[in-house]
Amino acid sequence: MIDLPFIYDAFVQLCSGIPLTLQLMAVSVASGAVLAIALAAMRLSSWPPLDLLARIYIFIFRGTPLLVQLYLIYYGLSQFPELRKTFLWPFLREAYWCAAFALALNTAAYSAEIIRGGVLSVPAGQIEAARAYGMSGLTLIRRIIAPQALRQMLPGYSNEVILMVKSTALASTITMMEVTGLAAKLISATYRPVEIFIAAGAIYLLLNFIVSRLFKLFEYRLSAAQRQPIYRRAAGENA
Amino acid sequence: MMNAALAPAVKITGLEKSYGAYKVLHSISLSANQGEVVSILGASGSGKSTLLRCINMLEVPDAGEISIHGESYRLTQRSGFAPRAADPKQLLRLRSQATMVFQSFNLWSHLTILENLIEAPVHVQKRNRAECVAEAEALLERVGIADKRNFYPAHLSGGQQQRAAIARALAMRPKIMLFDEPTSALDPELVAEVLKVMRDLAAEGRTMLVVTHEMGFARDVSSRVLFLHKGLIEEDDRPEQVFSNPKSERFRQFISKHNA
Repeated sequence: MIDLPFIYDAFVQLCSGIPLTLQLMAVSVASGAVLAIALAAMRLSSWPPLDLLARIYIFIFRGTPLLVQLYLIYYGLSQFPELRKTFLWPFLREAYWCAAFALALNTAAYSAEIIRGGVLSVPAGQIEAARAYGMSGLTLIRRIIAPQALRQMLPGYSNEVILMVKSTALASTITMMEVTGLAAKLISATYRPVEIFIAAGAIYLLLNFIVSRLFKLFEYRLSAAQRQPIYRRAAGENA
Repeated sequence: MMNAALAPAVKITGLEKSYGAYKVLHSISLSANQGEVVSILGASGSGKSTLLRCINMLEVPDAGEISIHGESYRLTQRSGFAPRAADPKQLLRLRSQATMVFQSFNLWSHLTILENLIEAPVHVQKRNRAECVAEAEALLERVGIADKRNFYPAHLSGGQQQRAAIARALAMRPKIMLFDEPTSALDPELVAEVLKVMRDLAAEGRTMLVVTHEMGFARDVSSRVLFLHKGLIEEDDRPEQVFSNPKSERFRQFISKHNA
């Protein structure tokens, strides 16, 4: 029979891995997003070499397993003595930064395509109208393209963030003691994988429940233009 | 530079435009004075929309000169590349003097109607927001959709959206208004409400260039009618002259088709 009190115990113990799981997720999603914006801009560039470079990047990082990328960075980069002399080495000798680096590079490839799709979904006529009314460059992006692209890409991007929460589990393979790393350690001490993995699974489920709720809230707030007008007499609006 | 008060509102000389090997406009020259309402007629593919779009540089001409109240667009061209506007500040200034109303409205769908009206005045012309809001509300009142100011474009009918788009163009305080087939995307019963707004604008002496298929509007409202065929101006006269005594055989065929 399943031992509920033991699952509960395991759950409580594994909770101490949540901060590291969230940290890896947050660092890689944030830095991955910055890189993704640059890659999306390259993909949308009218200068072919930039587009090609971004295509190659995306092809490689989407086409190979994240675990392979993680191993190559963690085990592979230290093979190059030149790298040990650069400013990157203090980071890359740490398993934590290797994991964050691999996750960020990987999510950037997927997110770049999500951003590109969002930008392309903005109707050409609205961009043309903005140009006809004197907007260009950053004003055009900030006022017209970004708000609409963001709304379009949210469902796809929430998928990506949820995948990232789960992908942090791979960091356990390079000594990180996040939720899955702690679970593995606990299993080797107790030999009770079923209960412990149930507890670990429950934690990821909980985290992703929160993530998906946050995205849903965000989506709701950005989609006023899609909702039917609400007659708010109390607010004094004659809309 | 000519004195802006004496210069024509729009002056075009030797305008040429091609898409690849296909020549859309062959050396077009025309000028429109302040307060004139010029209807531009022509079959589809005649170049009439391209001509209008060149006036605010949505299409950059291959050759020729366009000036708005005496100020010519400065263009630049690197060999092997298409010409483009040379001076972004001037482009912005001239564009806000000649604002465009589009066939498919092109209101910004993430902004309410009121926000659509104040967007460019506040963020492009850098005018005071409260003043822009007051002016925008008066404009919405004028085109008869003041009650829709907090609605998003998707919740308005086509006619209401086009009236909002006209108000958005007016909010820039333009000297010239360009209309690119403003009623062609509308259901027949919604055309009248948009034409009424345009008639009112014409009556108050605004300079308007209107690409249209509405023969009634061209005949009754405009002070001049142009007929374009294959990138050339074939008629250019007062409407009563053009409609009763057309010089161009093409134009005769064109109106007989439209009256049929």
